[in-house]
Amino acid sequence: MFKYFEPNKVFSITSKAPKYVLFLFIIVLSIGLVEALILSPEDYKQSHSVRIMYVHVPAAWISLGIFSSITFLSVVGYIFKIRNFFLISKSLAPSGFVFNIIALVTGSIWGKPTWGTWWAWDARITSMLILALFYILYLIAWRIFEDNDKVFKITSIITILGIVNLPIIKYSVDWWNTLHQPASINILSKSSIHVSMLFPLMIMTAAFALFSLLIFLMKYNTELIKIKNKGLDRL
Amino acid sequence: MINETLLMNGYGLYVWSAFAFTLLNFVTLYAVIKIQYNKEKNKFIAKFGSLNSERATLAKSQSINKEILSTISSI
Repeated sequence: MFKYFEPNKVFSITSKAPKYVLFLFIIVLSIGLVEALILSPEDYKQSHSVRIMYVHVPAAWISLGIFSSITFLSVVGYIFKIRNFFLISKSLAPSGFVFNIIALVTGSIWGKPTWGTWWAWDARITSMLILALFYILYLIAWRIFEDNDKVFKITSIITILGIVNLPIIKYSVDWWNTLHQPASINILSKSSIHVSMLFPLMIMTAAFALFSLLIFLMKYNTELIKIKNKGLDRL
Repeated sequence: MINETLLMNGYGLYVWSAFAFTLLNFVTLYAVIKIQYNKEKNKFIAKFGSLNSERATLAKSQSINKEILSTISSI
């Protein structure tokens, strides 16, 4: 099954896809911005500051999703010795890290009018900061280590250690008495968010997902060309 | 209407700065990744150009190399 993921087979698709993804991203983002900034209603308690949710929540979701994917791909890649899985993980990391930073900074901006402070060492916020540190460690490891076996091993260890933090991020608002509010959207039970706010949130999430796909494709192509450059040297 | 959208009952500065920070990060990340892509692509083209005909034929026998050369301005 894994042979279908070989770079030689997927490059013809990944090299052409970015321009279409970019086009789709601009359209979805434009609709999302109009919905989030103009059409969606203000909150009865938080007034217009609730609009920050439309960038803060999708950014947090996607950064968590990307880290989970990186961990899965790194572990499977290490067990089955699939080099391409590491290449995919490496290409996913930059957008995951940037979304993590966006979630932290927009959360801080949202915190000022809502809680009266830019920062609090709250369980949810602190665990998100720890996730950013794991992203940094992961990205630095790829820069420091030249040897493939070593970098595969070290990045796998970093992601395994980092994944322990993910349930803490998710359940910190339930386990501890935190400043951060509990989740408003639940897959298994009824969500407490109104559809007029859920709709722009979903559109913005789709736009952010398309952006991370765009960055992934561009980075993946760059990594493949880098490998081919080394191949030309050996000819 | 415009004033209401910009000021947002006094929350405008917070809301607009959060959205501006997000979009600025998008533009910066896109630019950085595109610069890296162009750098590697140009390196590949330069290296390929410096190959002798025998090696160039050998390199072209790999489908991925042909793809890279054919998608020079795809992004």
